Amino acid sequence: MTVDDEPLLIADGLSKWYGRQLGCCDVSFRLYEGEVIAVVGESGSGKSTLLQLLCAQLAPSAGRVLYRMRDGVTRDLAALGEAERRFLFRTDWGFVHQDAALGLRMTVSAGANVGERLMAVGWRHYGRIRDTATNWLDRVELDRARIDDSPQTYSGGMRQRLQIARNLVTQPRLVLMDEPTGGLDVSVQARLLDLLRGLVADLRLSVVIVTHDLAVARLLSHRIMVMKDGQVIETGLTDQVLDDPREPYTQLLVSSILPP
Amino acid sequence: MNAPAYNFAYLDEQTKRMIRRAILKAVAIPGYQVPFASREMPMPYGWGTGGVQVTAAVLGPDDVLKVIDQGADDTTNAVSIRKFFVRTAGVRTTTSTQEATVIQTRHRIPEMPLSEGQVLVYQVPIPEPLRFLEPRETETRRMHALSEYGLMHVKLYEDIARHGHIATTYAYPVKVEGRYVMDPSPTPKFDNPKMNHCPALQLFGAGREKRIYAIPPHTEVVSLDFEDHPFERYRLDGTCALCGATDSFLDEVIADDRGGRMFVCSDTDYCEGRRTDQPSVMEAASDRG
Amino acid sequence: MTPALELKDVAKTFTMHLQGGIRLPVVSEVNFSVRAGECAVLAGPSGTGKSSILKMVFGSYRCDHGQIVVHHSAGWTDVASASPRHILGLRKRTIGYVSQFLRAVPRVPALDVVAEPLVANGATREEARDSAAKLLGRLNVAPRLWALPPATFSGGEQQRVNIARGLLPELPILLLDEPTASLDPVNSDVVMELIAERKRSGTAVLAIVHDPGVRARIADTVIDITCFAAAA
Repeated sequence: MTVDDEPLLIADGLSKWYGRQLGCCDVSFRLYEGEVIAVVGESGSGKSTLLQLLCAQLAPSAGRVLYRMRDGVTRDLAALGEAERRFLFRTDWGFVHQDAALGLRMTVSAGANVGERLMAVGWRHYGRIRDTATNWLDRVELDRARIDDSPQTYSGGMRQRLQIARNLVTQPRLVLMDEPTGGLDVSVQARLLDLLRGLVADLRLSVVIVTHDLAVARLLSHRIMVMKDGQVIETGLTDQVLDDPREPYTQLLVSSILPP
Repeated sequence: MNAPAYNFAYLDEQTKRMIRRAILKAVAIPGYQVPFASREMPMPYGWGTGGVQVTAAVLGPDDVLKVIDQGADDTTNAVSIRKFFVRTAGVRTTTSTQEATVIQTRHRIPEMPLSEGQVLVYQVPIPEPLRFLEPRETETRRMHALSEYGLMHVKLYEDIARHGHIATTYAYPVKVEGRYVMDPSPTPKFDNPKMNHCPALQLFGAGREKRIYAIPPHTEVVSLDFEDHPFERYRLDGTCALCGATDSFLDEVIADDRGGRMFVCSDTDYCEGRRTDQPSVMEAASDRG
Repeated sequence: MTPALELKDVAKTFTMHLQGGIRLPVVSEVNFSVRAGECAVLAGPSGTGKSSILKMVFGSYRCDHGQIVVHHSAGWTDVASASPRHILGLRKRTIGYVSQFLRAVPRVPALDVVAEPLVANGATREEARDSAAKLLGRLNVAPRLWALPPATFSGGEQQRVNIARGLLPELPILLLDEPTASLDPVNSDVVMELIAERKRSGTAVLAIVHDPGVRARIADTVIDITCFAAAA
């Protein structure tokens, strides 16, 4: 990680209005390879809107998102054709939803869920697809004997891990996560966070993770952006912002956490 | 009271024009589903209205029409549709595959190879091959437009995971000219290879779903499969009890109420054709039966 | 010889917005430097900003004024004005930090807690675990504990895991916040010996140590920070 290498993702003055309602305003940052940036804020802060803008699921009202493609060329997402964007979404990007059912195909087996992206990029050997899917199930600590079961028979934590496997099978470079531990039991959360930490380190993933949980941010992220009412209030190194909060809102957030 | 006078082949000329335009588009883009303004026909949806509209649009006074249903010329549906066209178009009809110029079929492709100049019109219930996995029309249209067919292989993968082999036995998806994935209508997968580089024009009509698609003559049609689970034609292991054929698609017929059964060719014309050539085979078969 | 670490005119004040915006000055006009192979100890009563200075050098705290210059293989960087990315780079390759208390991550075994920084720098997991095991052994952390997450360890055990984690990468600058505070004399000895080894190999050490005995053994200079006390 030299300090001269180019950023993987650049958000430049991103803004989104829903009519007169502000989604987010003038958000700018750079994300480098192997870096995790947490976007924290309470409900209505604009963090989910930001995530949707970053992967071109929403078009910005102002500003741009630039992404460095695998061939090294940095391109404006708005200038890509829909086919290219969808292809990126299936190969180079991952999106982990808070509700795993949104990120999975609930009517097909776990193995098919993990293998779908591979089949979408042209893999045509059943045995190899199945082996790769099995390996990924092992990696996310799912029982490989359940590869043919439907995710409907999985628990919430298992579904979330399956969603992660499904996203990572094509070795994306950028993963966006929207409250990946939301709604899970604490022990399940701990396991999932541990898994995410390991995968981020092993695969050198760049991650933008939206969370309202500062502990999750501290555990997983290098940098943090605090948002409120669509604005970025404070940004910097995670431990710096959480240990030495400068802005009133950040101080409020940090001091509001109940110690266990 | 005068009997009603129909326009040739029932449809008015404007409608035929509209359908022919759709057909031309479909022929220009092999395997692509062209939407068309399907008309109210004097039979309900699910009884071949799509096929009938396509046939009506392409039929001319000199055409010879054959209509089959599951391979047979003499089932109720085949007979009704044939009568319909006799009444409204006055065309000559036949049961001979080789004699016909237009063949309307439900769920089978004739055994006798087709030739240039013939038109095969398929009746299609659900034209969208991805429908069962992706219910949204907006999404399936995008997938076709962007050639995103991974989902099709997901279905085949599921089959193998569940049954050990690809269990789809009819309506087996195909890729046309290396571009569009298409549902060949509920023909048995046994018939899929006949679509490949067929010299005849193949037209597909779905009345309720309002889609027409086409495979021009001599077009590449490949059944989807996996490298390690290649496409296999499936056929009941047996011989036709009437004509002795070992290479035609067979129907299983329950002969009596004691469990007796026999296999017969699904394609009645083919079977008859073989029998007129070999009367001794039929006698031998009926001794066994 | 250029010092490895230089603080020039550094000042810090906390502004407590939730308490009506009162300002708590911590330090001001902090000036000192540490050379390679040297150990400087910050001395002064509690609450005078010693930990704050260490945290500012590491980048955990911001500094309001001045420069914190770190010399490294590619030149030098001012931590006070460096981008987050630069600081992350420094933490990986130049500055090691042993805090007063181990922040225990759930589920990760002690051996991997210690090995992690080496793996992050490119070592294989096996190599990193080997080195971690050796160091934990020297620090008298029993092998049966290596596979357990440190959250349930005693204070002393946790601190030794923390020290191992901070010392293993052998970075050129080492920041230590009360390294021997919860340790018995035997283990204190081991730690002091480790610090001496690091000094001999050229590491610049900046430490906070209350115990006069320990201070006497490891310090080359003692910096009395009461002279940096900021006017309230």
